[in-house]
Amino acid sequence: MRTALILLLLLGLASIPGSLFPQRTQSPLKVREYFENDPTGAKWMDRLYLFDVYGSPWFSAVYILLFVSLIGCVVPRSWHYFKEIFKAPSAAPSKLESMDGYQVVDGNLKQAETWLKAHRFRIAKQGKSISAEKGYLRETGNLVFHLSLIVVLLGIAGSSVFGMRGEAIVNVGERFLNTPTSYDNLTPGRFFSVADLPPFTIKVNNFDAKYDVQTRQPLDYELKVSTQDQIDGEVTEQVVKVNSPLTFGSTRVYLQANGYSPLVTIKDKSGAVKFEGPVPFLPQDANLTSIGAIKVPDMNPQIGFVSSFLPTAARDKVRGGFSSFPELLDPRLLFSVWQGDLGMDSGVPQSVYRINTDEMERIGLWALRVGESYEFEVGSITFNGVVPWVNLQVVRDPGKQYALFGSILAIIGLMVSLFVRQRRIWVREVNGKIEVAGLALNRLPGLEDEITRMVKELK
Amino acid sequence: MTKSDWAYLSNDLIYVAAFLFTISFIVYTYETAFAVRAIKEENSKTLDRTKTLKSSKIATGVFLASTIALALGVITRGISAERVPLGNMYEYSITGAFTFALAYLVVGLKHDLRWLGLPISILILLILGTAITLLYRPSAPLVPALQSIWLVIHVSAAILSGGVFLLSNTVAGTYLWLDRMERKGERTPFAKRLPSLDALDLLSYRLVAFVFPLWTFAVIAGAIWAEAAWGRYWGWDPKETWAFITWILYAAYLHARVTAGWKGRKAAWLCLIAGSTYLFNYVYVNVWGTGRHTYSGL
Repeated sequence: MRTALILLLLLGLASIPGSLFPQRTQSPLKVREYFENDPTGAKWMDRLYLFDVYGSPWFSAVYILLFVSLIGCVVPRSWHYFKEIFKAPSAAPSKLESMDGYQVVDGNLKQAETWLKAHRFRIAKQGKSISAEKGYLRETGNLVFHLSLIVVLLGIAGSSVFGMRGEAIVNVGERFLNTPTSYDNLTPGRFFSVADLPPFTIKVNNFDAKYDVQTRQPLDYELKVSTQDQIDGEVTEQVVKVNSPLTFGSTRVYLQANGYSPLVTIKDKSGAVKFEGPVPFLPQDANLTSIGAIKVPDMNPQIGFVSSFLPTAARDKVRGGFSSFPELLDPRLLFSVWQGDLGMDSGVPQSVYRINTDEMERIGLWALRVGESYEFEVGSITFNGVVPWVNLQVVRDPGKQYALFGSILAIIGLMVSLFVRQRRIWVREVNGKIEVAGLALNRLPGLEDEITRMVKELK
Repeated sequence: MTKSDWAYLSNDLIYVAAFLFTISFIVYTYETAFAVRAIKEENSKTLDRTKTLKSSKIATGVFLASTIALALGVITRGISAERVPLGNMYEYSITGAFTFALAYLVVGLKHDLRWLGLPISILILLILGTAITLLYRPSAPLVPALQSIWLVIHVSAAILSGGVFLLSNTVAGTYLWLDRMERKGERTPFAKRLPSLDALDLLSYRLVAFVFPLWTFAVIAGAIWAEAAWGRYWGWDPKETWAFITWILYAAYLHARVTAGWKGRKAAWLCLIAGSTYLFNYVYVNVWGTGRHTYSGL
């Protein structure tokens, strides 16, 4: 028991660093900042798993030990408890005076026995004394609580091993096919094969975001989609909101983020279209001031646009161009044009939102409203319009039902173990009178009142 | 009445509540001082509680009135925003102060807790004062992530547990203070009016045992909501982590009491530490922390 106590305290202590240092699973960018600001320190911190606390060997060690101790404690206890069910209450202690609610009253054992039996106490008689016990359910609750924690842990383990999660940015008007190539990033569990991805499709028809005019806070996000369970399956119209995801069997699809994709057409000097379509931009603030990169590798030399997009353009001396409202009231596309090598063939993974301009030369700088064009040395760019994009998070979590079931069971068990009064009452005959006393095993109030009531009813 | 009328009425009611709590604080102080003086005059070691009965009754009456004003302030705030008043830290603070006051009054029905009135009215004044001066935000609708029935279920369970945890902490704190006094010698005249160490020890345990399942439920309800809103039921977000730490420490506390037989000083310290993690979570994660539980500038 003491081991369990120490391990519980240790687990609490071990959880703290994860809330003080950024974790890779939640904010990889902040972790990168640590590495940029102090490479040596960050390296040492990484060696101690301070950026992966909840997956670290030392954290795992604590909770695995805790569960080993739990199993090692609860299993023998279940057996002990099982035997206890058939056993008589333990004999009265020699000194009743020191127990709770001690009283000496007129009466006899027979009366006491009748009362205790009528109140459904389990009774054992030892010569001139009776021991009685009630509230065995408490121990059942206690065991159910501890066993259901094991169910929760198995559920969590099941999710991480057999589950998957992935994210994809989809422009309004586009269709998402649930295949590995559709994802921007995909994290399958150890025993999840990407071949098992259910073949559903989601066509994004419309995305509507409403904002409060004064506070600029979002009021509502509404995503309208047409879904199919199979490639040729029946088409269903559905609405997705932040708190109501789509469900395909054990896979759910969540609306996690949104932004804008400017629609652009880029032509060369001869007028041939070299690039056309929506380009997702990455929001930087609550008013959706966004940054992005338009890359045109098909031109020779290659062309790139380092851009920002402002849904509602505004300007001041400190920030330059920025957005003052998240809706499309006065959209503006700002960019500088770069010519040279985009570095897309180097093999190094690139950000789709940024361009490495080391090997490039700037040949233009401009801002466009919707419908306007800009001509530069070797071609032209037209800003045709804007479509919203949504970030869909696809999650398969097969263990969560078990974790939920375990949690509900745990609460029920916990309440039974904390609120059921398990108590013993002893009665002993001494010199024609009887001594009565008791013991509240989980220190819940009410035993002394019960003894007083019993004594009263004996008379 | 328009929405902003309700919002102004709510502000007024919160001010009235703060004013009334100040009065009850003053009366509790008077009561405490008078009880001490009463003994000195008679130069006796036993306490004459009847002398302070009247003022302590008045203080509790004012406390009740302040709690009602606070409840109305919380309700009108909800009406003004057309939702449960749990959307930001200001609303969380006034609702939290209310549940704390309510926990004191409800537990006071069974146990004589008038001696706790002074520290509790000070704490509530502190919470309300911070809410009014530092945390106030105009009444506004909820951001989409909070638009869920789970807001009511999860946050009210968390806040009710918090109220009782704080009460249990106050009792445990009193225990430690009196325990120190008794170890040095005799209790001061005022302290003699307070319950015995055993009674305090038992009360703080019972409060925790009573509210621990509710806290467990609050954490699980949060996980269910997180599954619906964020796509995972547990992600070690700072708020989740600290809720987990609080849960683990209270579990350790219950374990220590029931199976390892901890009592008294050690148990009171553990209870205080566990309760502090709840407060830390409330302040640190909302004000300085990052993660998904930070909404709308507090």
